[in-house]
Amino acid sequence: MTGARKLRIATVSLAGCFGCHMALLDMDELLIGLMEKVEFDRSPLTDMKTFTRRADVGIIEGGCCNEENVHVLQDFRRNCDVLVALGQCAIMGGLPAMRNAIMHSDDPLRECLEEAYISGPYIRNTTHHVPNDPVLPLVLDRVYASSEVVRIDHQIPGCAPSGRLIHDTLVSLLAGRFHGFDPHSIRFD
Amino acid sequence: MSDAFAFTIDGVEVPARPGQTIMEAADAAGIYIPRLCDHEGLRHQGGCRVCTVKAGGRSVAACTQPAAPGLTVDSETLHIQAMRRDLVEMLFHEGNHLCPICEASGNCELQAMAYRLGMTEPTRFPWLEPCRPVDASHPDIALDTNRCISCGRCIRASQDVDGKGVFGYVGRGIHRRVAVNGPDLAHTDAAVTDFAMSDEVCPVGCILRKGVGFSVPIGERDFDHKLIGQDIEDRHK
Repeated sequence: MTGARKLRIATVSLAGCFGCHMALLDMDELLIGLMEKVEFDRSPLTDMKTFTRRADVGIIEGGCCNEENVHVLQDFRRNCDVLVALGQCAIMGGLPAMRNAIMHSDDPLRECLEEAYISGPYIRNTTHHVPNDPVLPLVLDRVYASSEVVRIDHQIPGCAPSGRLIHDTLVSLLAGRFHGFDPHSIRFD
Repeated sequence: MSDAFAFTIDGVEVPARPGQTIMEAADAAGIYIPRLCDHEGLRHQGGCRVCTVKAGGRSVAACTQPAAPGLTVDSETLHIQAMRRDLVEMLFHEGNHLCPICEASGNCELQAMAYRLGMTEPTRFPWLEPCRPVDASHPDIALDTNRCISCGRCIRASQDVDGKGVFGYVGRGIHRRVAVNGPDLAHTDAAVTDFAMSDEVCPVGCILRKGVGFSVPIGERDFDHKLIGQDIEDRHK
């Protein structure tokens, strides 16, 4: 390889649906040009579960709905120079955050879990318990946007953002000349 | 007309007639000033302040401030743009605006305003996440007040155009909300044919007409193809 080293990108899906990672692949042939400039470190795309070395850009999909999400997000902040929140869930909580606004009782999380696992009309749960295996991460009191947990440097809006938008934003970010979005390209849906 | 005069917006000379507001004259000249609570055909309110401009150095709502001869108006300065963006962002944070699940997405003026003003930076404001009711009592109309931005367009449309008064403001200050004039919408004289219930009056996804939600798919809606205000800007091209 000649010239500068390849820039390292790490990605993760927290409380998201993996749609933003699908959108990442949706760049189609643009991915070939991008891969000449970057390599992926920790990412579901490489199946690497830990950082091998510091990454230049960390891409976050999804907000934080459990304690594992928070730990992973903090790990990304420690190991990435620039953090990019990809998609509405990372930016503002997205669909998982629907539970924030409906949970205004005295014990909202318990009510939510009981309806999901015990009392809901379509539930067939022979144990009649909310799953509480120690390996399950603890669910947080509400869903947090990634910027509520760590400092986020940039956001790419959309649900999911288009492959073209992700590509163009990443390329300009990596070249150090990202100056915001064309208003015509911004979508929250 | 002999009593016509001129003033300037961002250095551009704009013709006006006595009695015209800054916004009316700007619209006629093809200059778009962002607004949410103002709508063509409704009485001006000056409530949302998104149309704030500097007129002669003072911050005023362009939708209510009369134009005056020789007035110098600043609209698209970095400072005013940033304040408008913050205002719109705070409206997002004050209610529950989950664009990915909202059937108004793509037709929503609040969302389109966020696009136009470039609301894409990581936020500095807390999410209030209020608990507000959904009123689906009416057979043809549903109200999801989680998305209401209290612009009052439905109030003015119902009072002034429909002559009904289905909606009104209740409460003061931060607690001021738009409410239905009755126990619920089904117990008012609201009809889906009212101007107040038409898709152009509610700027967000609060007043919903049942049964039409996704007849136009996401991606093919009003603001998927053009910026908000572009039709006004195109008037003089």
